[in-house]
Amino acid sequence: METLEFNNKTIAVNEEGYLKDSAQWSPELAHQLAKDVNINLTDKHFQVLNWLRSKQAEGIALSIRKVGNSGIVDIKEFYQLFPGGPLKISSKIAGIPKPVSCI
Amino acid sequence: MNDTLEKNQTKVQELKVKAKVKKVLIICSKGKIEDVYAALVMANGALMEGIEAKMFFTFFGLEAITKKHADHLHTATVGNPAFMPGMPTMVAGLPGFEAFASYMMKKEMDKLDMPHVTEFLQMIDAGGGEIYACKLAADMFHLKKEDFLPEVKAIITVGDMYALADGEGTQIIFI
Repeated sequence: METLEFNNKTIAVNEEGYLKDSAQWSPELAHQLAKDVNINLTDKHFQVLNWLRSKQAEGIALSIRKVGNSGIVDIKEFYQLFPGGPLKISSKIAGIPKPVSCI
Repeated sequence: MNDTLEKNQTKVQELKVKAKVKKVLIICSKGKIEDVYAALVMANGALMEGIEAKMFFTFFGLEAITKKHADHLHTATVGNPAFMPGMPTMVAGLPGFEAFASYMMKKEMDKLDMPHVTEFLQMIDAGGGEIYACKLAADMFHLKKEDFLPEVKAIITVGDMYALADGEGTQIIFI
């Protein structure tokens, strides 16, 4: 099992780096995860991350389209905030599982 | 022994990294709803993975990017053996049958939260994808820039289309 060390805590991740337990997530950890992909998190980023986490907790399958309709960002802004695969990257930083959507 | 194995594994890993798809050029030459969606899903899917995506619509595929027809594409009920096997061609060819089948198909797509063609094209455009129309086909069907949706960047020649595929790690997909 793969793990990463953060604040003297061991956090379990899968082979692609997604958190195994989203309860282990914290905003500080998000900053750390974002640094790995060269993103400096702003308030806007956190609004998206919190939205993703709340929808994930409700059991809703996430898609780029749904983020675009969230009222927080449009699709263009979403791509700008998390360049190079926004849904996957934001999910990883938000500490939720890898999205399985095709759209 | 182990050293060599390790070295080889690193090499394979490096090659894998190098061989990654960086860009796709998707050519859509058909106007049937399932063909157009295949092109749209693949282009959008590429962008979602951080892969650059360009789309080139030609011949009947042009229907998918016209203001008039983009959201009114049909499936073919005749000459399509995979469509309701056992359905007699004569029945499938009755007036209104194709419209009905297309309506049912769109309803199923709605259930899957699939966007309509115009919204899909907007999503691809917002994600940094580029959409082009074929000049030869546009001339043939008497279509001008203003007939196309605003997301269509330009009407280009086949030569310009190949230029879109420039660069390492590009794949061309023809539908």
